[in-house]
Amino acid sequence: MKIPISLRLRQALHGYGFVSLWLIGFLLFTLLPLVETLRYSLNQVTVTAQGIELQAVQWANYSRALFTDPAFVELLIGYAVETLISVPIILIFSMIIALLLNLNLRGKGLFRTIFFLPVVITSGPVIKELVAQGVTAVPGIASNAAVTGFLAQLPRSLRSPVEYLMTSFILILWFSGVQILIYLASLQKVDKSVYEAAAIDGASAWERYWKITLPSLSGATVVNAIYTIVTLSHFSENKVIRYIYGQTYAVQGGIGYASAMAFLYFAVMVILLLIVYWFLSQWAKRGG
Amino acid sequence: MQQVTVPFLTRLRFLLFGNRTRYGVVLSTVLYALLIAIGFVYLYPLLFMFVTSIKSPDDLLNPMVQWVPSELYAGNYLKALRVLNYPKVLLNSFLVSLIPSLLQTAVASLVGYGLARYRFWGKNLILVMLLATFIVPPQNTVIPQMLTYKQLGLLGSPLALILPAALGQGFRSAIFILIFYQTFVSLPKVLEESARLDGASDLRIFLTLAVPAALPAFIVSLIFSVVWYWNETFLTSIFLEGGVTTLPMQLSRFVQAYENLYPPGTVNIFDRLNEAVKMSGTFLNIAPLLVIYFVLQRWFVESVERTGITGE
Repeated sequence: MKIPISLRLRQALHGYGFVSLWLIGFLLFTLLPLVETLRYSLNQVTVTAQGIELQAVQWANYSRALFTDPAFVELLIGYAVETLISVPIILIFSMIIALLLNLNLRGKGLFRTIFFLPVVITSGPVIKELVAQGVTAVPGIASNAAVTGFLAQLPRSLRSPVEYLMTSFILILWFSGVQILIYLASLQKVDKSVYEAAAIDGASAWERYWKITLPSLSGATVVNAIYTIVTLSHFSENKVIRYIYGQTYAVQGGIGYASAMAFLYFAVMVILLLIVYWFLSQWAKRGG
Repeated sequence: MQQVTVPFLTRLRFLLFGNRTRYGVVLSTVLYALLIAIGFVYLYPLLFMFVTSIKSPDDLLNPMVQWVPSELYAGNYLKALRVLNYPKVLLNSFLVSLIPSLLQTAVASLVGYGLARYRFWGKNLILVMLLATFIVPPQNTVIPQMLTYKQLGLLGSPLALILPAALGQGFRSAIFILIFYQTFVSLPKVLEESARLDGASDLRIFLTLAVPAALPAFIVSLIFSVVWYWNETFLTSIFLEGGVTTLPMQLSRFVQAYENLYPPGTVNIFDRLNEAVKMSGTFLNIAPLLVIYFVLQRWFVESVERTGITGE
């Protein structure tokens, strides 16, 4: 006998059927490990032949990372500063490229292929080799004697961001491939007739950009900002990640300490996301 | 029809500065110069990598030789091929990126379809959790997984990457689920509804109607998955360490592998590790991806437009 169930319930059950695999996976591979890592971060973890031994230390791992470990806080600040410098550069740069590619120029397919190429080949070890060869710097500028002389005059807090910019400029640009495509797709959705109407009303190209193009890219900008921060923060050559990874296996550090640092890093990353999101939504409000 | 004659000066002005329908020569030149300059900066590391990789030891030491090597020297590549253990590691890389990608794409399409086509309680919560899986850094979840794999004896086996992918938690799965979600939301429902009236089961409707209609999304997800898995080194270095070796993993221990094959004390000066050999190794690392990219590049660069992720 078939049990009569309502259409809505039937729909819901089928829906759960489709997402069930993911729900199991989320539980097993994201939620449980996340909670487990949080537990490790509050303990001294010792790996033995039988498994692991936990010894509660409360917040000791966190206070050690924040107040005793001189390297970690410095790396964390460096990460935050570098991310806050890179995000606007990547966003502005990818928007400019997208605007150029959106023009009716011959050969734009070729340029699109070039600008997207880094997305395909960027991996940690490849970048590491290129950085070691010094080819991620702006050609001919970073090694210029006048420039290095000028840099040496600057105070340290100002010098390191500038140095970062100069030595990894191409690297920053290499992280804009997906963002360019998202801007391009967004540009192609803007209604052409709005531009025509504005042009007939006498708006210059400059005015059309600020009044039509930019506001219609605000959604894509938020998506791009989030994507950029997440990719930069997860990149395997990121110094903080390298440090945490090193500490996991270190005698002095261990799993508990590494877990605590992982959560502090995660917290900083979320704060950065919130700052950028807040900033962009303010900007979108004023633009719209 | 009357022929309109445009005075020469006006024609010259149009040619240089453009009119309503064309860009003038001046503007075009500026735009192309800009694009070419940026394109050069983009390709500069790759050009450097390639040129260095074909330099002979003599050319490397010669300060006169910068961009044009005096001969095509293949010796670096022969060494790098040996150091990388290329054929075997290449095959590993293919398998380790292809199998999780296939599973990840299949599961992402199921989940995306479920989210796009059905109404059920907790759907928004699932979307939030989806975003969370994208944002949470891998090092916040990787240690317990590694310890569990170790207990199960799966550490070093490709299963350690395959299992999460099969349950929708592969590398960047959330992006692919969103791609499928967007695709299925924008596809018309009519056919599926009429098939349902004819008594087709939900799974059958998904397989016979929805999947063929979403073919571009499948191709895009698959190639992006393969590329991202290929380039992923954080997860592979933790889960596969001591077992399967992928190309990027082998590249990251290039120096060590080189010195095992060519012990520094015993070889002559020309066989010492130099940057040309390193660049050859790096180039061999990305060469398969370059081939895939140039064959399938239309799918890469048009993908975002096809799948319609633009941020609404």
